[in-house]
Amino acid sequence: MLDAFELVPNLPVLVVTTPLIGGVLTIAMGRGKGPWAWATLITGVVFYFTVLLMQQVLAAKTGYISYELGNWPRQWGIEYRVDALNAFILLTVAGVGFVTTLYAQKSVEKEIPQDRHNFFYAVWVLAICGLLGITVTGDAFNVYVLLEISSLTVYALIAMGKDMNRQALTASLRYLILGSVGASFILLGIGYLMMVTGTLNMEDMHDRLAALPDIVHHRTVLVAFAFLLCGLGLKMALFPLHMWLPKAYTYAPSAVSALLSATATKVGIYMAFRFLFTIFGVGFSFVAMPANLVLSVAACAGILVTGVTAVRQTNLKRMLAYSSVGQLGYIVAGFSLANVHGVAGSVVHIFNHAMMKGGMFMAAGAIMYRLGRCDLRSIRGLGKRMPLTMAAFVAGGLGLVGFPLTAGFISKWYLVQGALEAPHMWPVAAVVLVGSLLAVAYTWRVVEAAYFQEPEGESALVTEAPLSMVAPMWILIGASVYFGVSATFTGEISMRAAKSLLGGAP
Amino acid sequence: MTGALGIYNYWIYVVLMMIGLYGVIAKPNLIKQAIALGLFQTGIFLYYISMAVVDGGTAPVWTTILDGAQKYEGPYDNPLPHVLILTAIVVSVSVLAVALALIINIKRAYGTIEYDEIEAMDQADKRADYLRGQVTDAADDVEHKQEGHHHA
Repeated sequence: MLDAFELVPNLPVLVVTTPLIGGVLTIAMGRGKGPWAWATLITGVVFYFTVLLMQQVLAAKTGYISYELGNWPRQWGIEYRVDALNAFILLTVAGVGFVTTLYAQKSVEKEIPQDRHNFFYAVWVLAICGLLGITVTGDAFNVYVLLEISSLTVYALIAMGKDMNRQALTASLRYLILGSVGASFILLGIGYLMMVTGTLNMEDMHDRLAALPDIVHHRTVLVAFAFLLCGLGLKMALFPLHMWLPKAYTYAPSAVSALLSATATKVGIYMAFRFLFTIFGVGFSFVAMPANLVLSVAACAGILVTGVTAVRQTNLKRMLAYSSVGQLGYIVAGFSLANVHGVAGSVVHIFNHAMMKGGMFMAAGAIMYRLGRCDLRSIRGLGKRMPLTMAAFVAGGLGLVGFPLTAGFISKWYLVQGALEAPHMWPVAAVVLVGSLLAVAYTWRVVEAAYFQEPEGESALVTEAPLSMVAPMWILIGASVYFGVSATFTGEISMRAAKSLLGGAP
Repeated sequence: MTGALGIYNYWIYVVLMMIGLYGVIAKPNLIKQAIALGLFQTGIFLYYISMAVVDGGTAPVWTTILDGAQKYEGPYDNPLPHVLILTAIVVSVSVLAVALALIINIKRAYGTIEYDEIEAMDQADKRADYLRGQVTDAADDVEHKQEGHHHA
């Protein structure tokens, strides 16, 4: 039945066009539950497509699927290229997108005025479209365009939190300015690369860069590398370029925080994979250039500084935001090791962290839904009043710590293994362990408030969040526990992705 | 013109970009920041357009179609960067539109578009929240002490 519509051969492009057209149509879905139901349908269909795509990639003999848009050969047209890495990230983004859409209904009803719901869901679906597009494309300029689609929609989504707190507006504008500067740097980097190679296709870029004599002293290539590293650092919120992130995640609507924490910066990291590994190649990025040193020092400093900052926060969402910057540090530290276990740890942590942090932001959002705030004071005693929500938060927190039988343990296992295998990189392993202790500290503050203190004021009267919020929350947290116990699937995919990244060609 | 002066477009692009970057960082007025961001991006457009130039090249238009007589066989400038930058201009206009929409909303919510004033207002809000917290804290302490008395 599927083949009748020629779905399967066109999957790579359908993953982008479905939410693009569906997102625009969301505006016409009226004022009631229509926009939400439509957004759920679209994200559900896209999630199904990514599952099919994953099966196709795993079955492909070459290990990847190449799709030329409009049948233009890749030298002239845009090529979508899906290998184990993209397929895995696509699956993560679309999956989290679908589950957070399910979750969004109640949360958005409470936090955003009714007459703007259709616009909210339109922008929401378009943001997911941009993120999926960045992940699926194999064309460097296409990355920039889709990056701006996702960024513009994300600015709007963050600003929608203005009815809860006006700081959402300044947070959004700050992100807009820094994000645009970052994207412009990426655009410049792509321009310099095009100048040298005369192509925009990532594969061709890699081949022609590799053919250049004495690439290490080629000034144009060096400038391109510097601009790209800076721009990507801003986009993936690498410490110390993360300044836009905490405020944006704190004041965005709760559902948006959950979506962004699980997908937006992850896709930034995916871009870094593509530029550093696929285009420049490991030999240039990590051997000839000191990117491994720059990235691992920034990542380790980030893990420590934001870990300490997270411990000092009283607002749950802000605490999670700082913790996100720290967790991104693990991912960056992993791939900066440039060995199989390090990169695999990094890939698997993209997935695992999306599950855990998405679930935890959902828990914080559920508390917001019931209490209108989510600071340490208002969650006192909530362990008894909202047992499922608080249990989800704690289970996610244990994952961040890297407790055995949670997904975080798998990630850290790979990362520490990678750090010990790489020469002179053992401090990374030490930082991973200290970072885990900091995660214990901030998770414990929540556990203490929720389980060992008595509720006060209105906190004593609240009941558990509605099922439509608790269920999606537990789907993500459940997934993080499931893939912590049985990591065969995620482990194999990430090892495969890591090997192809390090081998040069995807 | 040869040497460093011969590529003066590139100097202009760098200068434009740096003026923009300075404005984004140093100007407290949000509208000025938006203008500076526009300048910054315009610099990049100039860079892409300059990159397309081919020595002795002309606009990539097939003149036979225009006058029906002669056909120009010479080199053409690379049209690809022009097309790319057309897209980037659209993106930049959209970014500016979103930025201005945000600034209008900020003006409505705060009554000002000066970043330092907004920052001061946010700090004041935060302090007020904190003080409210302190008050409840103090009340807590009193309660606990009284409880302690009763037990004693």
